[in-house]
Amino acid sequence: MALPKYTETRYRIWHYLYLSICGFVFFFLIAPLFVIFPLSFNAEEFLVFSEGMKRLDPDAFSLRWYEDMIYGTKNPWGLAAKNSFIIAIFATIGAVILGTVAALGLSSRHMPYKGLIMATLISPMIVPLIISGVAIFFFIAKIGLAATHLGIIIAHIILGTPFVVITVTATLSGFDHSVTRAASSLGSNPVNTFMKITLPLILPGVISGALFAFVTSFDEVVVVLFLAGLDNTTIPIQMWTGLREQLSPTILAVATCLIILSTLILVTAELLRRRSERLRGINR
Amino acid sequence: MTNETQKILTTDGIPLEISLKKAEKKNKIKAFLLVAPLLLFLIITYIFPIGEMFTRSIDDRMVTNMLPKTFKAMETWDGKELPPEEVYAAFLSDYRALAEKKVHGKLGQRLNKEKNGFNTILKKLWRKMKKFEDGNAKEQIMEVHKRFRDVKYWQAIKRTAPPYTMGKYLKGMDMYYDEDGKVTQVEKDRRIHRILWLRTLEIAVVVTILCFLMGYPIAHLLAVLPMKYSNLLMICVLLPFWTSLLVRTASWMILLQQQGIVNDFFVMIGLVADDNRPEMMYNKTGTYIAMTQILLPFMVLPLYSVMKTISPSLMRAGKSLGGTPFVAFWKVYFPLTIPGIGAGCLLVFILAIGYYITPALVGGASGTLISNQIAYHMKETLDWSFASAMGLMLLTGVLAVYWVYNKLVGIDNIKLG
Repeated sequence: MALPKYTETRYRIWHYLYLSICGFVFFFLIAPLFVIFPLSFNAEEFLVFSEGMKRLDPDAFSLRWYEDMIYGTKNPWGLAAKNSFIIAIFATIGAVILGTVAALGLSSRHMPYKGLIMATLISPMIVPLIISGVAIFFFIAKIGLAATHLGIIIAHIILGTPFVVITVTATLSGFDHSVTRAASSLGSNPVNTFMKITLPLILPGVISGALFAFVTSFDEVVVVLFLAGLDNTTIPIQMWTGLREQLSPTILAVATCLIILSTLILVTAELLRRRSERLRGINR
Repeated sequence: MTNETQKILTTDGIPLEISLKKAEKKNKIKAFLLVAPLLLFLIITYIFPIGEMFTRSIDDRMVTNMLPKTFKAMETWDGKELPPEEVYAAFLSDYRALAEKKVHGKLGQRLNKEKNGFNTILKKLWRKMKKFEDGNAKEQIMEVHKRFRDVKYWQAIKRTAPPYTMGKYLKGMDMYYDEDGKVTQVEKDRRIHRILWLRTLEIAVVVTILCFLMGYPIAHLLAVLPMKYSNLLMICVLLPFWTSLLVRTASWMILLQQQGIVNDFFVMIGLVADDNRPEMMYNKTGTYIAMTQILLPFMVLPLYSVMKTISPSLMRAGKSLGGTPFVAFWKVYFPLTIPGIGAGCLLVFILAIGYYITPALVGGASGTLISNQIAYHMKETLDWSFASAMGLMLLTGVLAVYWVYNKLVGIDNIKLG
């Protein structure tokens, strides 16, 4: 972004002003996440940087909140983490299977009423969450699955499928259908063609859809608040309760773990996206 | 000419046209069968329940089911003067049946909403009716309380006869049916729902504008920078995007508290005095700041994906044809980014209008939005029909926004980064 030498002064000033605005916005986006790290190692109970921390005194830092998170008495985090992972994993599997199959049908040029069906399939994503929550609660309560894992899993499949449908149809838009025809003409049955030809090619899209579905479920709090009983408390519910009652450093320890998890997911998603772009580049 | 085409036959001797149509139909069915499982799943678990919200929101059969004989007897009553003996007798018999099932309290609560003071006289009736003699119900009931001699109370019962009501929707707009069945405004100081609707709209609009103002420059920078720099900066957008909403809300709660880092910074640069630190949390300021940061990625990603496709040579052409950089930007670049602006604003607005976790945590008393109210009625008062009515009103608003957006920009432009 170097400026040419002949740039007038006022544009030069404008340019640097623009860059500093951008710098501020990037800082605004990312900085809040980094406040949590140091404070989660605070030796004291307060959520401000103590004098010792400012002097980088080793005694001012400790792992006590992480210990509390794992071994604390009456500790809800272990159960919540277990529930969150179980629910998110099963919801992701359900969303990926339903969503991928539907995306295959949607991207066929023979699909009738494409616009209407697409709108229906992605509606859980575009309807405000609170409304989805009320509707899903009525359904889950009616079939008697309120306060069960299965009920929450079904709810999260509903919320997760739109992401899978969108990412997989996007991947399929660059898909060369002659390869599947070639496979069929060589005598492969449709299932075999899908497993051996189509799936490996659209896998980046499927996995990034799965990541979306996983994060949606893992981070979802509105619908779970309606559905969960005492036995199906999840990490977001515990965080919500904790933040409403009292912000304790233990929450920050949990938050740090969640940031690490999201960093891992981000890296995976980015690598997949690039791989997918490369693959589609070859197809062209 | 059509005769000629019909003559073309496949090897089976079937005309080609028919054979092709058959194949086409088969392909259609195949494609549809692939979509069917998810479509069916969503219709059963999601679309139907939204429809059920509607029937639930207008359902008003409770009193009708509780007082079947009374309504039967009331059919011949003109509703102007006190009802005849049969109505009183039927009412007494219905009420006795309810008292036996121990659900008479519910009737009192429901009718009290229709006409104030009903609950008291029904309780009194419940105590006295054990000693009632057979027959002559009208006189005995009228003896219990003078309000039973007031025709307005009987009119109130008659008003609940229709099985459906728009009452919950009116309540959502701070209106109600008065004693003559006319739509009336609630007194000025009790119009809480209108405040909530306006506040929700205000927060959604302000957050959308803030996100646009902050998102546009950085999306542009990301789009024009060379790949190796922009990939690095993209992390600043994507990491918050993938991070839990509650984690980000928690970090804002730490930053914005009175002894927090932002206030420390303001004191350090001398903007405010140490003993006069401003409240930045538990008010609208906190809500705006936190929600803008949380929703900003949803603005940047669609903008970026549109800006990435705009060739830099267009700006150069604009400048070489004599436009100043500002004119070139305004006349060439900006119009090309409108689909991205539309998609980003729509996404942020829709997300913001249904949000309540962040406002509830950092917004204090002013953080109560329509969504909170819906959740409150779902979980606390258990007035599910009112929650449904409010939810559907919100949904109607959102669909209207989509409709306008579709007219202006086209809905196909939504992308996920």
